[in-house]
Amino acid sequence: MKFISKYRKHRFARPLLLLFSLCALGFTFSVATAAPSSNSMAADARSTLIEEGQQIFLKGCSSCHGLNAEGAGVGPSLIGVGAASVDFQVATGRMPMQDMSQQAMRKAPVYDEEEVAALAAYVASLAPGPRAYTNEEIKWERDGNTAEGGELFRNNCAMCHNFAGQGGALTQGKYAPTVMGVEPRHIYEAMITGPQAMPVFSDKTITPAEKLSIIKWIKSAESEPSLGGAPLGRVGPVTEGLLVWTLGLGLLIGIAVWLTAKSR
Amino acid sequence: MTARERIAGNVANYVDERTGAAAWLKKNLNKVFPDHWSFMLGEIALYSFIILLLSGTFLTFWFDPSMRHVVYEGSYQPLKDVEMSAAYASTLHISFDVRGGLLMRQIHHWAALIFVAAIVVHLLRVFFTGAFRKPREFNWILGVALLTLAIVEGFLGYSLPDDLLSGTGIRIAHAIIQSIPVVGTYLSFFAFGGAFPGEVFIPRIYIVHVLLLPGIFLALITVHLMLVWYQKHTQYPGPGRTEKNVVGYPLMPVYMAKAGGFFFIVFGITAFLGAVASINPLWLYGPYTPGQISAGSQPDWYMGWLDGLVRMSPPLETYLFGKTISWNILIPGLIIPGIIFTGMALYPFIESWITGDKREHHLLDRPRNVPNRTALGAMSLTFMVIAMINGGNDIIATHFDLTINQIMWFSRIGIIVLPPLAFVITKRICLSLQRKDRELVLHGRETGRLVMLPHGEFIEVHEELSPAKKFALTQHEQPAAIELVKEDARGVLNPKGIRAKIQARLSSANAENIAKPTAAEVKELESGHH
Amino acid sequence: MSKELEPLSDPGLPEHIHRKADIDPIAAKRAERQVAILFSLSAVGTLLFIYSFFFVNEDLFIFIPIMGSTNAQQLGIGIGMAASLLFIGFGAVHWAKTLMPDQEVIAERDELKSEQSDRDEFVKSAKAGAESAGLGRRPLIKRSLAAAAGLAGLPAVLLLRDLGPLPGNSLNETSWKSGTRLVTDPGDRPIRPSDLEVGAVAQVMPELAPGKKRTLENIAKDAVLLIRLRPSEFQLDAERFSWTYEGIIAFSKICSHMGCAVALYEQSTKHLLCPCHQSTFDVTRAAKVIFGPAARPLPQLAITVDADGFLIAKQPFTEAVGPSFWERKS
Repeated sequence: MKFISKYRKHRFARPLLLLFSLCALGFTFSVATAAPSSNSMAADARSTLIEEGQQIFLKGCSSCHGLNAEGAGVGPSLIGVGAASVDFQVATGRMPMQDMSQQAMRKAPVYDEEEVAALAAYVASLAPGPRAYTNEEIKWERDGNTAEGGELFRNNCAMCHNFAGQGGALTQGKYAPTVMGVEPRHIYEAMITGPQAMPVFSDKTITPAEKLSIIKWIKSAESEPSLGGAPLGRVGPVTEGLLVWTLGLGLLIGIAVWLTAKSR
Repeated sequence: MTARERIAGNVANYVDERTGAAAWLKKNLNKVFPDHWSFMLGEIALYSFIILLLSGTFLTFWFDPSMRHVVYEGSYQPLKDVEMSAAYASTLHISFDVRGGLLMRQIHHWAALIFVAAIVVHLLRVFFTGAFRKPREFNWILGVALLTLAIVEGFLGYSLPDDLLSGTGIRIAHAIIQSIPVVGTYLSFFAFGGAFPGEVFIPRIYIVHVLLLPGIFLALITVHLMLVWYQKHTQYPGPGRTEKNVVGYPLMPVYMAKAGGFFFIVFGITAFLGAVASINPLWLYGPYTPGQISAGSQPDWYMGWLDGLVRMSPPLETYLFGKTISWNILIPGLIIPGIIFTGMALYPFIESWITGDKREHHLLDRPRNVPNRTALGAMSLTFMVIAMINGGNDIIATHFDLTINQIMWFSRIGIIVLPPLAFVITKRICLSLQRKDRELVLHGRETGRLVMLPHGEFIEVHEELSPAKKFALTQHEQPAAIELVKEDARGVLNPKGIRAKIQARLSSANAENIAKPTAAEVKELESGHH
Repeated sequence: MSKELEPLSDPGLPEHIHRKADIDPIAAKRAERQVAILFSLSAVGTLLFIYSFFFVNEDLFIFIPIMGSTNAQQLGIGIGMAASLLFIGFGAVHWAKTLMPDQEVIAERDELKSEQSDRDEFVKSAKAGAESAGLGRRPLIKRSLAAAAGLAGLPAVLLLRDLGPLPGNSLNETSWKSGTRLVTDPGDRPIRPSDLEVGAVAQVMPELAPGKKRTLENIAKDAVLLIRLRPSEFQLDAERFSWTYEGIIAFSKICSHMGCAVALYEQSTKHLLCPCHQSTFDVTRAAKVIFGPAARPLPQLAITVDADGFLIAKQPFTEAVGPSFWERKS
């Protein structure tokens, strides 16, 4: 400890401390989001789960979505949206929304996995809808086909989420978020529920097997190393042009100045 | 005489007896080139062109410019067994199955972006310093032609690999061709060998990209350089530098070593970019099919302004007498670029008409001393930058928390309002800088040293400029405006009428300057309190 | 130039200041060593290139900050090549700057204009040449030559005729016929209305005749986007409403502006956005343009179901799909 206190006034101490705390924060979040979900539940426990979910709902959600999830001015009705919707929206931290801006953002979830499951059970009990999935059920590694997934992705997803899944702009400030680093089950649930601006991709037009292929392609793009060097955000020629005008021409003109300067 | 010298002498003799080169070389090895960093910008473009020829030749050894359908069997797994064109498959082959192939592809692409960027900054230097004036008007036009060709050549290269992004670019080029009134449909069917996309377009643009345009480039660049050589380089004003001489370093050895070294440096920087930064990762784009699209489909930067103009265009289309005209494509896609490039090519003649100046100029202008031209340049740049910003509006929107609608409306209004504003502001800045120059010559530089006079007053000591500095700040001309001749001495009306009036108006705006110190003023000061 | 314009006389080139290396042999020696070191660094770069090319495994990835996990071979040969070139350049320039003569020299400019006598002579001989050819006196020759030369350009243009077929009516036609089934793309599976939930989209193509293959030219005109809304959400006239089926509406996916694939469907606003130029179409009002440069709505495809309950086209497109052209009937 003496070592630390000795250097606490060093000029690198503050930036390092900041870096350390940021890392710690990130680690906490990643642990929180990666917590394993409990998948099977006994039938008799279900009603208590629904009860629990209703309690959470009344506290955290009803101010916008109405006391019985029938929807109010601000929030839409949740009757019939199913557990998949709840799992996607709440477990990715989109719900509850922080502010009534254009679009709910992905952020650290407010509720833990069990609370999400309870909420999902409650909403699912209101009316039938798509069920929630667990990561274990989404067997993309086994059943998906990367190349086929790529084609499906370019046909159905790339127009909003960009060719490499980095996200893109929609109208009036809405945007398609990046699909990098998203839990497989959340990708799957997004496709079947069509959250926010996203449309629904029905199981008949894109079969469950095809959906797994899409997930497999996304995961392959996510883990793809930088084959040609710094990826520049993978957003196409805009950043490339920016780099040429800043770094490229900057270096060249700088060298031209050195080259023509009189030496002493 | 050593053996080596004797051999060299024999070789030189052999060559000279057959070519008579010695006389020419004697004169030209001592050719003088003025030294300034801004004179190296054109060289960056020239060297990028050579890099493009070298790296491009390498790529042709493997590239197959065919739209024939093949099934990909190469080593990039996420595209395994996907149907694609041979052009795309061979580009993937270069990227993943040829050692150094991806590096060369990236060098080629970075060099292309640097090539056009260097041409643009070179053009700006020539414009803002007035280097295009007589006798260099031809070379200016050649430069504008080279820029135009470079943009076309770049676009063709971007289109060759037949990935989803380049196919989208071709799709838009097709729509522009098709929108041309009367003949558009026919032109597009001829160019594409039928309906879009067809199977012949890529082979056709390939031969244009690797043979026709590079050939034209070589010819034009040769003439461009020969004219520079023959007319001798311009130089910045300063002591010892006049319209009649050129001050600098001889070609041999200083300039040769610097220019030769700079070639390696430009190549090295391009290779560095190719090594560390990914460009056009087309394996992620996937093969082109007209039913697919990616968010953020953009052209390379030199086409960004064109795409931005097309994006901001109002939805104008007319249907008259059974014929459709797409003004929303024609105006931003053909008419405005046409006006910009024609105006640029004609600018030297327009300026000499306005100023009435038909003399030769070898000394460059300091931009502040020609406020109108500088302001016009700033105005055009503003126009281009706004168009360019709108070309990337979707990327800007997502990265800066804006909406594409806001950026679009900003650009639509800004492109009309901001360029004139830029003109006015730039002109004011130029005039202020002239005023500052005048102050400097007449009162010297502020030293920041305060001195108390005997009667208690504090004054700041001003240090007189050196004669060289003073000369540099006062050597320029301040041409008077052309007088409007309404009628001549015999009362005959000026036959040029309205043209003369416009000329006089523009000329008087052009002549608006802060009067530089006169000889009398300077002398008075020198004999005064100093 | 008058004195008025140039208030101060030209003091002439400033005196040449010698560099350290010019007067100090130690500095000159040091500069020489520096140049040699730069050239050696270039050789090191070349060695790095050779080593990476032959001895670094193609599948080796190393982590580099900012760049992420990077292919070691690509990076090695790239940096090696960059260094081998850059340091030759730096060495040569440093050499020129420190050791080569740096005294600026003055060269006089020759007037570009030719001597007046040369000019006169040229004009005279040109005139004489034209005179002796008799062009001025024989207008018939002049005119017929001009006409012939003008006409001689025609073959060059005509030779290009077979670059492609004439458009004919092809721009107005797609593969959609009355009764063509809508099938998923990719997958080619026919679709029942019940396959689509409210809020769903699907990209569809016309069903292929057995044994036929879909070409890119087909896709460029046939691609259709299927969207399901609540029927009550439509604001369509009676005819256009009859073209929908149980809330399912079909539009050409090819943008009416420049032909990009329009497919950014926002379920929340019922807007379709084209990513190329941001034209925005309102699905509830028959793809009316509400923002951006497109001037026409996307063509709507009339759909219904066949006896087996699969979605089919009721009729072909009633207008040309894709970007506008001169002969287009609006």
